[in-house]
Amino acid sequence: MARFATSWKSAAVCIAIGVLTLIFLPTFIDDFTLIEVTIYLVMAILAMSLGFIWGFGGILCFGQAAFFGLGAYTYAITVVNLGDSTLPFLLSIAVPALFAALLGYVIFYGRLSDVYMGVITLTVTLILFNLVNSTAGPAWKIGNAPLGGFNGIPAIPPLNWPGNTEQTITPRGMFNLSLGLVILVYAGLRALIASPVGHVVVAIKENEQRAQLLGYDVRVYKLFVFTLGGGIAGLAGCLFANWGSFTSPTIFGLAQSAQIIIWVIVGGLGTLVGPVVGCMLIQWLTSQIGTQQTFNSNLVLGAILVLFVLLVPKGLVPSIGSLLGRIGSRRPRPQERPGVATHEMLAEEKQA
Amino acid sequence: MSSDSTPLIETRGLNVRFGGVHATRDVNFTLAEAELRCVIGPNGAGKSTFFKLLTGQVKPTSGHILFRGKDISRMQPHDPGRLGIGIKTQVPSLFNGLSVWENVWLSAQRVNSPQRAKHVTHMTLERVGMLAESAALTGTLAHGQRQWVELAVVLAADPPLILLDEPAAGMSDAEVARTAELILEINRQHALVVVEHDMSFIRMIAKKVTVLHQGQVIREDTPDKIMGDPLVQQIYLGKKPH
Repeated sequence: MARFATSWKSAAVCIAIGVLTLIFLPTFIDDFTLIEVTIYLVMAILAMSLGFIWGFGGILCFGQAAFFGLGAYTYAITVVNLGDSTLPFLLSIAVPALFAALLGYVIFYGRLSDVYMGVITLTVTLILFNLVNSTAGPAWKIGNAPLGGFNGIPAIPPLNWPGNTEQTITPRGMFNLSLGLVILVYAGLRALIASPVGHVVVAIKENEQRAQLLGYDVRVYKLFVFTLGGGIAGLAGCLFANWGSFTSPTIFGLAQSAQIIIWVIVGGLGTLVGPVVGCMLIQWLTSQIGTQQTFNSNLVLGAILVLFVLLVPKGLVPSIGSLLGRIGSRRPRPQERPGVATHEMLAEEKQA
Repeated sequence: MSSDSTPLIETRGLNVRFGGVHATRDVNFTLAEAELRCVIGPNGAGKSTFFKLLTGQVKPTSGHILFRGKDISRMQPHDPGRLGIGIKTQVPSLFNGLSVWENVWLSAQRVNSPQRAKHVTHMTLERVGMLAESAALTGTLAHGQRQWVELAVVLAADPPLILLDEPAAGMSDAEVARTAELILEINRQHALVVVEHDMSFIRMIAKKVTVLHQGQVIREDTPDKIMGDPLVQQIYLGKKPH
């Protein structure tokens, strides 16, 4: 199963499921559910960004929310000023990516340890939260866009067809775009991981010292992964700002940062599908728990998460994968074909 | 510019201090192109630190390391690998979650075109007798096999200088003999520095031996003279010189 997870076949299966969902799901569900599913998809892109940099690049970023928030605010501010959403859409990816590149440069070229990496990324996120939170009042404007402080920016113009501000995106179009981008980001990252550069990225995660001894400048590769992750999180931020036509400083908050990490842990580290599944499941659970009044919803969610970590420590997708592998009549052997495996997969092979 | 007389690697007055510990003291070491040198010394003599200095993992407190006349003592940790210094560490340092093929290919592809890298990977695995295991996950291999894989990883980059840290450790007699044979074969094209404890192994391969003790070079001579040296005997066996 470990080999299947890293093969092109698994990528093809996941992409096929995505395309089929894109075509058929809107015919089965009502508009309200479609809008709810859309936000799950937007957050799935955010989850994938961390799943990629943490699970494959070995970079645990506590501040993925910073890039997400920057994407949302960049889109909101530029679209309010420009009207047409084409450039704001691109800037919402480029600005967080550039910010990630600058932050990553300091961290990786300064050879800071993983602990400092966590501290710095979390701190930067909280600084952004406080900064944006304190921009209430008419004086805080960028062009025509008031930042709004803790109230955020309401009535953000939606995405429009490039060059035509009259033709704006519908809720159905937003669903199509979000799922289309989930598929695109997934396919792109899978292709990257399978490429020579991707192999070096995974090798650095496996053994940074050996990669250096072979002559690979690990700083460059880590910076690339971190920047790409920042850009993808920014894209999710742009979609988020579009989904609700609103953005506020809470997206830079501690809860948001923690949530992304939880999605990845629940779904399974070292896979790209895992964070998507984890993200959707947790969001669905959160909305379901919110409908009852008997227990405090945070308490219930917390208990579920603790149980998850204790009972399914590898995460959902890798656990289901190994379960299916055991049930299957033919257990694939590690010698079958080369590929990239996670530590969990390795431990499993050793046990076998 | 390097010429025939320029050593492949040279250290001048190399010192490393870790807090109060003086791990390497004024080490002057010279290795010619295609030379094979064994480095011996008791535990804590500074052999591993010396290798870490040569591969850029530790920066010297003072002194210089010259590779073909170029000062590399203040370079980035990945630069020695790029210049052509390969190292096989004492405990094999590999990409455990990747296959044997991928481990070797990662080394070959950094210095070769994609097509050539595949060929080099194949040839190198065949050379160390690990071709049959090429699809196995490296982390699942036995210690001896991991040693061969690491050697293949080093060889695939075709570096002019190869450092081997206890290559025969944990090997059977037959494997030790095979390793000695392979080292001599590698030495036809590459310079080697071999850290080893096993004196019979050293006799099989070495023409010249450097003895390190308490971070200093105390002797440098042929294996026979080194083994007959009273100071070396005292350091190794606790015998007092007459």
